[in-house]
Amino acid sequence: MQMSFQFTILIPLIPLISFLIIGFLYSKMSNKLAGIWGSVSIFSSFLLSLFTAYRYFFEVGRVNGVYPKILGFDFEWLRFSDSLSAHLGTLIDPISVMMLVVVTTVSLMVHIYSIGYMKGDRGFNRFFAFLSLFSFSMLGLVLSTNIFEIYIFWELVGVSSYLLIGFYYEKNSAVAASKKAFIVTRFADLFFLIGILILSFYTKTFDFISLTDPSNIAVMQTGSITFMGLSVTTWALLLIFIGGAGKSAMFPLHIWLPDAMEGPSPVSALIHAATMVVAGVFLVARLFPIYALGSDQALQVIGYVGAFTSLFAAVIAMTQMDFKRVLAFSTISQIGYMMVGLGVSGYGNEAGLGYMASMFHLFTHAMFKALLFLCAGSVIHVVHTNFINEMGGLRKHMKITHITFLIATLAIAGFPGFSGFFSKDEIITAAYHNNKIIFYTELLVAGITAFYMFRLYFRVFWNQEASYEHKPHEVEKTMTIPLIILAFLSIAVGYIPFGNFISSDSMPLESHINWGVASASIIVSFTGIIIAWVLYKKPSNLPERIVSSIKVLYTWAYHKFYIDEVYLFVTKKIIFNLISRPIAWFDRHVVDGAMNGIAWTTSWVSESIKGLQSGQLQKYALAFVSSTIILSALLIYILLNV
Amino acid sequence: MMGGLALQDFLVVSTSMFFIGIFGFLTRRNLITILMSVELILNSVNINFVAFNYFLHPEAMHGIFFAIFVIAVAAAEAAVAIAIIINIYRRFKSINIENVSEMKY
Repeated sequence: MQMSFQFTILIPLIPLISFLIIGFLYSKMSNKLAGIWGSVSIFSSFLLSLFTAYRYFFEVGRVNGVYPKILGFDFEWLRFSDSLSAHLGTLIDPISVMMLVVVTTVSLMVHIYSIGYMKGDRGFNRFFAFLSLFSFSMLGLVLSTNIFEIYIFWELVGVSSYLLIGFYYEKNSAVAASKKAFIVTRFADLFFLIGILILSFYTKTFDFISLTDPSNIAVMQTGSITFMGLSVTTWALLLIFIGGAGKSAMFPLHIWLPDAMEGPSPVSALIHAATMVVAGVFLVARLFPIYALGSDQALQVIGYVGAFTSLFAAVIAMTQMDFKRVLAFSTISQIGYMMVGLGVSGYGNEAGLGYMASMFHLFTHAMFKALLFLCAGSVIHVVHTNFINEMGGLRKHMKITHITFLIATLAIAGFPGFSGFFSKDEIITAAYHNNKIIFYTELLVAGITAFYMFRLYFRVFWNQEASYEHKPHEVEKTMTIPLIILAFLSIAVGYIPFGNFISSDSMPLESHINWGVASASIIVSFTGIIIAWVLYKKPSNLPERIVSSIKVLYTWAYHKFYIDEVYLFVTKKIIFNLISRPIAWFDRHVVDGAMNGIAWTTSWVSESIKGLQSGQLQKYALAFVSSTIILSALLIYILLNV
Repeated sequence: MMGGLALQDFLVVSTSMFFIGIFGFLTRRNLITILMSVELILNSVNINFVAFNYFLHPEAMHGIFFAIFVIAVAAAEAAVAIAIIINIYRRFKSINIENVSEMKY
């Protein structure tokens, strides 16, 4: 049964129209109208997404045992040659439907929350316009039918992220952070573009459906061409992964994400926790059949990079004092988990557990991490500081925020029964079957995650009550309702039988909790929670004592292992001095010098001969007559002698 | 024959007139005199036209017509030149060409 999915094109178009309307009527619209307008349009996208999901999974269902990939809408945009053309359209398959639901849900919550959070801000309308632009780009990205289209939306997402990080453009730090985010991700996108070009050159197609078809021999055979010991497919896939790593803040391209916290908290929740930063994971998942069947090495690289990043970011997160930065590093760490899930996965059946787990974790993480950021936004909104040592004892003042934050924290810590437990556990199980080093790393990271999240929780909501300028109070309804909904989702989504909907080959995948692995991870996270409880529930000097006993390590982690400084050293000292300065010198002295020389010579020549223009008519006439005579004489002489 | 005069005689006269005109044009400072020198040059050309026509192609009339054209042009040129000279005089209170050097660099 073929059902029409033509309407899916509306899902990204509605936010685009909303962006244009709010943008053009910027100063005419009242804040309230802009907020409601933005929320209503994303709400309609949300309803359409739910409808799409229902129709796709339940009305269309499986065809020959697999979920079909459906082109909902297709439009030829650029025709390069008869065999090569760029299309725009919407591709409906399990992961794009899942992403639609994630993006529209979180975006809707963030829109509603922002009505309260941004109230009274001068840039209120601008904020909603940019949110709509971002929703459009992100929805376009997940619906892309081909690698060319995804690249366009990839960059659009980068631009909207840039605009929103730099939202408070009067603040120097915000401007610097937005530039940093844009440049780092753009730098990574360069490799992405090269990867796309290599891949499409050898496979002769941009199209995802034919690229990811396991029976498409042309795609898989490119593995036979090698370059520097690795097959061309591996090179292309690694380059594409670098692009994904830039957006998903994988080590060593993670440096932009902590700074991106300069943006308003709802932006962090939407872009830098739930949606945009998982674009890299989505990209790898989108091309997963090529990764799994075409190149084992690329997948291994992804697994190791993911594992290292998750550990690295978790260690840094333990030491940070800025509320949002802890969450930022936790995001990096959790995305590392998702990458690990993909990296340890195989294609098809049981081997594809990692793929399913990774998508599952993406789904659950979006819910609880958005919730964490929105709670952080509420707390910061109320106490006017980002630093957790200036907070404490907030549980009495902000009951709803406290409870919802606790739920999200339990979810991310992998507490049994909460969504994070199910998804993280499956990633760890997949790692257990595939790679023991990664397995132990991820187990350790699970414990660290529980520790730093509960450190945050106890420090902010328990501990000694800090002295506040204004007495803290619960935030208004438009802000608490999204918190409650997301808290509900943070628990509920864990019970979705995810393997029925999404698996590497679209066949149903039954996943059972592996109790051996699960109990290990439960023990580890309980340990983390208990340590945090001991150290931070009540004010004590124990943390300081521990810190001073591992001073060096702590300082390193606190300064994020000096990665930023390394970048600064490389760019400022090496690239600027060795490359940029010589080029600037060459430009100033050789290129400009040649131009200036020409101009100077012309001016000198005219200066020195201008005396001939005496204005004396008879001098001119004399010159004219005498030249005529000389020329005639010459002519006659030549004619006579020929 | 015109009283035994040959073509060379006419050419001698016209060449002398031409160079007298050139000399006057280059050396005189008075604009009116310069204008007269230009007339001399034009008339020397006229003599050439007519003489060549008469001696080389007696059957044709081209040289004569050219001479008539030159006379007409000279008359027009004299009218324009006198107008310019009057304007120069009004502006500089003089018709000495050395004073009129506004167009230098």
